[in-house]
Amino acid sequence: MLSKRIIACLDVKNGEVVKGINFEGLRSAGDPAELARRYNREGIDELVILDITATLERRQALADTIRAVAKELFIPLAVGGGIRTEADAAAAVEAGADKVSLNTAALKQPELITTLARRYGSQAVVVAIDAKKDGDRYSVFVRSGTTETNRDAVEWAREAEQRGAGEILLTSIDRDGTRAGFHCDMTAAVSTAVSIPVIASGGAGGLDDFVDVFTSGAADAALAASIFHYAETSVSALKQHLRGRGIPVRL
Amino acid sequence: MIALIDYKAGNLTSVRKALAAVGAEVYTPERADDLTRARGIIVPGVGHFAATAALDDAWLQQIHRHVADGKALLGICLGMQFLYESSEEAPGLRGLGLLDGACFRLRPPAAAGLKVPHVGWNDLDLVRPETIASQIPNHSQVYFTHSYVAPVTADTVAATGHGQTFASVAQRGRVAGVQFHPEKSGDVGLQFLRNFLATVH
Repeated sequence: MLSKRIIACLDVKNGEVVKGINFEGLRSAGDPAELARRYNREGIDELVILDITATLERRQALADTIRAVAKELFIPLAVGGGIRTEADAAAAVEAGADKVSLNTAALKQPELITTLARRYGSQAVVVAIDAKKDGDRYSVFVRSGTTETNRDAVEWAREAEQRGAGEILLTSIDRDGTRAGFHCDMTAAVSTAVSIPVIASGGAGGLDDFVDVFTSGAADAALAASIFHYAETSVSALKQHLRGRGIPVRL
Repeated sequence: MIALIDYKAGNLTSVRKALAAVGAEVYTPERADDLTRARGIIVPGVGHFAATAALDDAWLQQIHRHVADGKALLGICLGMQFLYESSEEAPGLRGLGLLDGACFRLRPPAAAGLKVPHVGWNDLDLVRPETIASQIPNHSQVYFTHSYVAPVTADTVAATGHGQTFASVAQRGRVAGVQFHPEKSGDVGLQFLRNFLATVH
């Protein structure tokens, strides 16, 4: 049976993981490769590197980070944050990314989804959607959640699929950073509207939040950053908990 | 030397990296003639079956000659499907025909609520001991991403279920195929690559 995936996100700036980390036994707490190794030992199913560097040198720094993480890890690796052009995507893929995640650029130039799907295959193209509940719909935001668009998350996810996206990474702006649980209603609305996998993000706090998003949220995968970074929740403990609740996971 | 055939179906960085990690010496043949020095051939690939059309008769002849000489061949993902006679995905095209059967689109029953493409980690149910799967524990999980599959036949070494059962590992003699991505399946995946290398003489 297909397992529900647990994905860890590394927010990286100038080659360093920037969200607080509190792991013991790491030579450098901010070293993405060390953190990736730790997650891999604990049984993470996939990694996302989210680049939040804003400088001109970012592309080279990001490529170095991807190379360092990809060097000895043999699980899927996605890279997102500031991928605006085919050249940005190519640099990430050549450094060792298996998937690139498009957000603002996909809305501004949706043909980029198709271009990349033709070049690397749909499995390599993730469209990231940041959305906020707005009455009975979910409104899409871009530029790290600062700019509202007039797009609806369900409708945009369908279009992204038609254009060649292989997965949707859906983040709830309402829940992001709150630890109040994933936005299950929004996740279910998008996940049941498309046939490609939907990764739920934003709001992970406790173990049962993951149970909820895989059941009532109909998520195919769930992503978290800080609860793993702070080592409050180990990936293996989370997976044991999910298995105990009848959710298929890779142990 | 292992020939890793690049027919522009996806990026080969991860496959190269994983092969390097298990100690394989790899080259990418520019022309079909370059295959003659290969001790083993790997046909990787993701995407549409039609991409295999880039391998023209000259390539097919060299691959068939390589297999007829008793040398090892591994197909990964789309490369595994290419080992069969044909695929529903590109009805006009022929596969290598080294394994019997035609590939088809996964159509899980609607009631199962399963998505296609089949993306993520799923079980290998070993049905037949073969060298490609040696030292692989039964029910190991590996990483898949695909919509089309090969049928379960006498060549099937491991089967996987996603609403329908399909061949996730197959082998006949020194010809083997894996539907999953060994380069993205952790230690289990690397063991499959080591097993392939062990069949290369």
